[in-house]
Amino acid sequence: MAKTPVTFTLNGREAATFVDPAANLLDVLRRGLGDLSPKYGCGQGTCGACTVLIDGEPHLSCVTLAETIEGRTVETTNGLQDSAGLHPLQQAFMDGFAAQCGYCTPGMLMAAKALLDRNPSPSREEVIDAIAGNVCRCTGYEPIVDAILTAARAPRRTG
Amino acid sequence: MPSVATYATLAEAASAMTPTSRFLAGGTLVMRDVNYGDQGFDRIVRVPDPALKAITPDSGRISIGAGVTMAGILASRDLDFLWPAARAVGGPAIRSMATVGGNLFAPHPYGDLTTALLALDGVVHLSDSGQVPLDQFLVNRAGLVRSVSVIRPAGDAFRFHKVSRVKPKGASVLTIAAWLNRSAGRLSNVRIAYGAFAATPVRVTAVERALEGASLDQAGIAPALQAATDGLAPVDDALASGWYRAEIAPVYLRRVLLGEVR
Ligand SMILES: Cc1cc2nc3c(=O)[nH]c(=O)nc-3n(C[C@H](O)[C@H](O)[C@H](O)COP(=O)(O)OP(=O)(O)OC[C@H]3O[C@@H](n4cnc5c(N)ncnc54)[C@H](O)[C@@H]3O)c2cc1C
Repeated sequence: MAKTPVTFTLNGREAATFVDPAANLLDVLRRGLGDLSPKYGCGQGTCGACTVLIDGEPHLSCVTLAETIEGRTVETTNGLQDSAGLHPLQQAFMDGFAAQCGYCTPGMLMAAKALLDRNPSPSREEVIDAIAGNVCRCTGYEPIVDAILTAARAPRRTG
Repeated sequence: MPSVATYATLAEAASAMTPTSRFLAGGTLVMRDVNYGDQGFDRIVRVPDPALKAITPDSGRISIGAGVTMAGILASRDLDFLWPAARAVGGPAIRSMATVGGNLFAPHPYGDLTTALLALDGVVHLSDSGQVPLDQFLVNRAGLVRSVSVIRPAGDAFRFHKVSRVKPKGASVLTIAAWLNRSAGRLSNVRIAYGAFAATPVRVTAVERALEGASLDQAGIAPALQAATDGLAPVDDALASGWYRAEIAPVYLRRVLLGEVR
C-alpha cells in the first residue's frame, strides 16, 4: 500500500519520513527514525510508556495515527539532554533512584516535563495527577513524585 | 493494516463511509483496535476540519464540536461547568487526545463526559444537519456527529461525580450527573444520568419523576433515593457486580443531590 510522506519537528530538528497506512507514531519514531527513547508497553494507551509531547502537550504515541503529526512538533526523552548536560528531571531521577528497571522512565519524564513547562512549581497533588496515566511496576511512585518535585526546585538552566 | 482516507468536511466523509470504515477522532480507542489487529474494519476515515473543534455559545445553550478534546474543554471558560467531567476522563495524555465525539461511542465503562452531556439535555447534531436527543442517539449510536449542544446550567445547578476504585485515575464504577433545575424553590424538570451503570450512559427517569416538585433536602429527596435504580439493569464487569452498583447508587445519588461530594 502507498506510504504517506510526513514532515515534522522532532526534538528541534526537521524530520521527514514515509509512513505506512494506519501506522502509529511510536512505530514511526522507533523503527522509522531510530528514536528508541519512547517505549512500547501496552499498545492501547493504558501504560503511558510511549508518552511524547506533541506541540507541548502529552500524547500517547502508540495510539496516535502517525500521519496526524504532519507539521507539528514532537518531543521525546532523547531531546531532553542538551549541551549543558542532563535535563533537571533526568538528574533528579538519577539522584533520587527514581528509575529501577527504567521502562516507564521515558514516559514519566515526558509527562513530568509537560507539567513543569506549564506549571514550574507544582504541588505534590498536581505531580500525582500529571503522572496518573503512567504505570510503574517496580520503582514505586514515591521516589518518582519526589524526583519531579526536586527537579521543579532545581535552578533553571538558561540557554 | 487499514487504509486511511482524509476528507475536508464531515459531509464528504459521511457519504464515503462503507460498512467496513471506521471514523477516527482522537484515536484512543480506534488505534488500539488497529494495533491489536481488529479485522472489523479495513478503512480509517478522518476529517481534520477545524470547524469540528468549535465551541459556540447560543443564548441558554452551548454547542461543542465533536472534535473538541477533554483538554479543549478544560481550556474553555465557557465550558467551566464541564471541567469536573472532562477531568474525570483518563490521565493528562488521554485528555489531550480524547474527543467529545469519541466519548459518545466509547463502550462501557467509558462515557463519563457523555453522562454529563446527558444530564444537560444534550442534543446530537449529525453530519446531515439532522439532530437527535442524546438519550435517543445512545440507543443505536449511528451516523457521524458534528457537535453536541447542551444547556448552560445556572449557578450550582449542575453536579457531577465519578466513583472509581483507583485514584486519581480509574475506570468508573458509577458516574452520576445531575442538572437540578429549580423553579420557585422547588425542583422542576431535573435531569439525572448514570454512567458505567448500564450498557450505555442512561437517564434515570424514575428518579427525575420522583424529584419533580420536591425540595432539595433530606426529606424531599427520600422518594427519589427509593427509586434510584428503578427501570435499570445494572451490569456486571471486572470492576464491580451489578448488585454492587445497585447498592451504591442511592448512596452516591444522595451525596450528589445534597452536594456532599463534588
Ligand atoms: C487508558 C485509557 C483511559 C480511558 N479513560 C477513560 C475515562 O476515564 N472515561 C471515559 O469516558 N473514557 C475513557 N477512555 C476511553 C476514551 O479515551 C474516551 O472515551 C474518548 O473520549 C474517546 O474519544 P476518541 O476521540 O479518542 O475516540 P476514537 O478512538 O477516535 O473513536 C472512538 C469511537 O467513536 C467513533 N467516533 C469518534 N468521533 C466520532 C464522530 N464525530 N462521529 C461518529 N463517530 C465518531 C469512532 O468511529 C470510534 O468508533 C479511556 C481510554 C484509554 C485508552
